[in-house]
Parts: sequence; C-alpha cells; structure tokens
Amino acid sequence: MKALEVKNLKKRYGDNEIIKGISFEMEKGETIVVIGPSGTGKSTMLMCINRLIEPDEGKIFLNGEEITGSKHPEIFRQKIGMVFQEFNLFNHLTVLDNVRIGPIKVKKLPREIATKVAIENLKKVGLESRINAYPAQLSGGQKQRVGIARALAMEPQLMLFDEPTSALDPELVGEVLEVIKKLAREGMTMLIVTHELGFARDVADRIIFMENGEIIEQGSSEILVNPSKERTKQFLAKFKEGR
Amino acid sequence: MIKFINVFIEAFPFFMNGLIFTAELALSSISIGFVIGVFVAISRTYGNKLSYSISTVFVESIRGTPLLVQLFIFYFALPQIGISLSPLMAAIISFSINSGAYQAEYIRGAIQSIDKGQMMAALSIGMTKWEGILNVILPQSLIKVIPSWTNEFAYLIKYTSVAYLVGVPELMAEGEFVASRNFEFMDVFLGVALIYLLIVMILTWGMARIEKMVRMPGV
Repeated sequence: MKALEVKNLKKRYGDNEIIKGISFEMEKGETIVVIGPSGTGKSTMLMCINRLIEPDEGKIFLNGEEITGSKHPEIFRQKIGMVFQEFNLFNHLTVLDNVRIGPIKVKKLPREIATKVAIENLKKVGLESRINAYPAQLSGGQKQRVGIARALAMEPQLMLFDEPTSALDPELVGEVLEVIKKLAREGMTMLIVTHELGFARDVADRIIFMENGEIIEQGSSEILVNPSKERTKQFLAKFKEGR
Repeated sequence: MIKFINVFIEAFPFFMNGLIFTAELALSSISIGFVIGVFVAISRTYGNKLSYSISTVFVESIRGTPLLVQLFIFYFALPQIGISLSPLMAAIISFSINSGAYQAEYIRGAIQSIDKGQMMAALSIGMTKWEGILNVILPQSLIKVIPSWTNEFAYLIKYTSVAYLVGVPELMAEGEFVASRNFEFMDVFLGVALIYLLIVMILTWGMARIEKMVRMPGV
C-alpha cells in the first residue's frame, strides 16, 4: 500500500487549467521534493492533496483511503501535516498553545497529555525555551519551526511543505532545513515544494520537476545534475544564473 | 458653584435612581447586542447566501433608521398588533437590536481583517470551518474589535437617554423630573451631563486597560 497516491489530479480556475492531470505515488518514509518555476501549480497541487483547495478531477488516496470525495476532509487533514510559506501561526496564542491547540481541540486529548506532546515536538525543533513567546516575538526561522512542531503534534502520516523557507531571510533558512532533514532521517513521509536545490539534493529520495501544471520529469536527485528533459535543463540553468 | 453643588447634592438620590436604569439599559443592550452582533457578523462572513442576505437586510435596515423610531415602533406600534411591552422592555429590546447591528459591522470588519492564512492553518490541523471560526478567527477578531466596541458602548450609554421618551425612569428622566420641580435647569442638566461624562470616561479608561491586557504581543 502506498502512503500517498495521486491519480490524474486536475484543477481549473475558469478556463485556466492550473493542474493538468498529475499522477504520482509515495512510499511510506519517502521524501519527495517538487521543484519548478513559480506559478506552475506546485502549491495548488499541494493544497489539493489535503483539500484546502478542492480538486476538480482525479483521486487521492492516503494509505489506501480515498481523500477525494469524502464529506469530511477534516478527518484526513488531521493525518496530513502542512507547513506554509507564510507560517500562519495563530497570532493570539503562545508558542505552546499554537502547538497543543490541535491535540486539544481536534484530537480531544487531555490538556496534560497534549502539553507533553507539544513540548516534545517543540524540543524536536529546538524551541522548548520559547514556549511562552507569541508568534510576533519570534524570528522567521523560529516561526517556521513552530509551524513544523504544530503540524507534527498531530502525529501526521504525511507532511506537506509549501515553500517553507521562501519567506525567510537567507541566514534563517538553514535552521529550518536542518529540522526538515532530521524529519527525513526519522522516516517521516514528506512532500516538499521548495526552490532550495541544494537542500533538495541532500534530502530528496525523489525529485519531481513540474511546469505548467504537469510533471515534466521525475527521478533521483541525479536529475538536478543530468536532467533528461530539455525544460528541466532550461529551468536549472536559469536557476544557476539567478543565484 | 456653591449653588450648583447644593442642587447636585439635593438631586443626587434621584440621579442614582435614574443611573440604575441607565446602567441596566446600557449593560443589557450591549451584552444582548454583542450576541446578536457575533451571530450576524459570522453569517455575513461565513454564512450561506440565505443567511448572508437575511443578516445584510437586518443590518442595513437597522442602521438606516433612527434609534428613536425603532424604540417607538417597539413601544407604541407593537401594542396595535397585540404585543405590549413595558417601557424598560421596549427600550432594552430596541437598543439591543440597534446595537447588535452596529456591533455586527464592527466584528465583521475585524473578521475580514484577519489574514486568510489563519483559517487555512486551522483547517490544516484538522479543524472544521466552525472550529476554526470559534478557536482562531473569533478570538482574534474580538481582540481587534475592542476599540470600536468601546466606542459603541459609549454611544449606547448616551443613547439610553432617549428611553426617557417612552417613560423609563433613567438618568435623563430623573433630571427632567427634578428640574421641573426646582426649575434649576442649568444646574440639574449640567449635573446630568457630568454624570454621563464621568461614566463614559471610566468606561473608556477601563476598556483601554482591557485592551492592553488582551493585546496580541507585537501585532
């Protein structure tokens, strides 16, 4: 059984087809990095998986259970952690409350147990000393690590990362990537959209190159060095220039 | 000055009687109005087409008509269709509805100022839309709405004086009563004004403290 199966996923906005029939599978414990030019539907694809954006066509299965078509997407979202580019921490809550609100309100865990779970996960991201801080008092890197801890506290079967370092100052990118690498080593199943190609090479079991709502090429991190498709080559070349 | 103080002291028991009604009117209207406001604001932002339409018509018709007309409808017009309310009841109901419409708009504004990512994050950890509204959107909106809410409370305290026109013995009515007996209109109504002013000042000060206490650090 696959951890995640995406079959012929399509999404349109009016006449504009953003996702043009994407299919792929993920094994349990696999880390897939999705790369590609901006505006090619990578984030949309990610949000279709936990149905924050409702797909128009296609089927998605999480560990064999169909997500699409379910009347209660929230049940699947509990099992799918999501980390946002803009962090989206709950501004009115402390770090600790941000992380334990899911276990308390969604999983209905007793407060003490939820607190323990939250602190464990904050330790994992190295922020147990900031549990009483509010999001606005944190640096971008710290915010994103809280975002990761908040997702982890739900004990997800799959983690989605939507450009987790794109909103960060360059010097703060490393601390967030370190945490994600640690999760990869621990065997978390992760689907990561990022522009950090070096990180992609380090962490990815497989890389998917997406453009204009389609998967152009996928394979091991080797495709970053020796892409087989012309469009992948062009993208990588542009990327090197831009750096 | 001495005369004013004497008149004021003499009228003070009457003022206090009136003040009890003023407080009752203001407190119950702001609270009931708050509950109405939250519901209407949510149905205008997250509701379906029907609830959106109903609440929009409600808000627009209340905001588009004078408070005094609304009060008179509840007190003088409703008995014609068999619903008789006491002056106090009519005043509380009409002020609550009126305040509810205004509070709904303040709360709606606050809800709409909350970043869309907040709801997305709530959904992403498995909350339903309603859990997201309750646990994330509303708490932040209510913190943001406090300054407008203080304003509304201050307005309402002063507007309760129109209840005197249907015979609620509130502060203004008591002032009128005292002045019509001792003919010290200047001193009595200055005294009444002073009391309104004091209450509103205390309220503003208290709300500012609350605002500071619940402020989201750094936001």
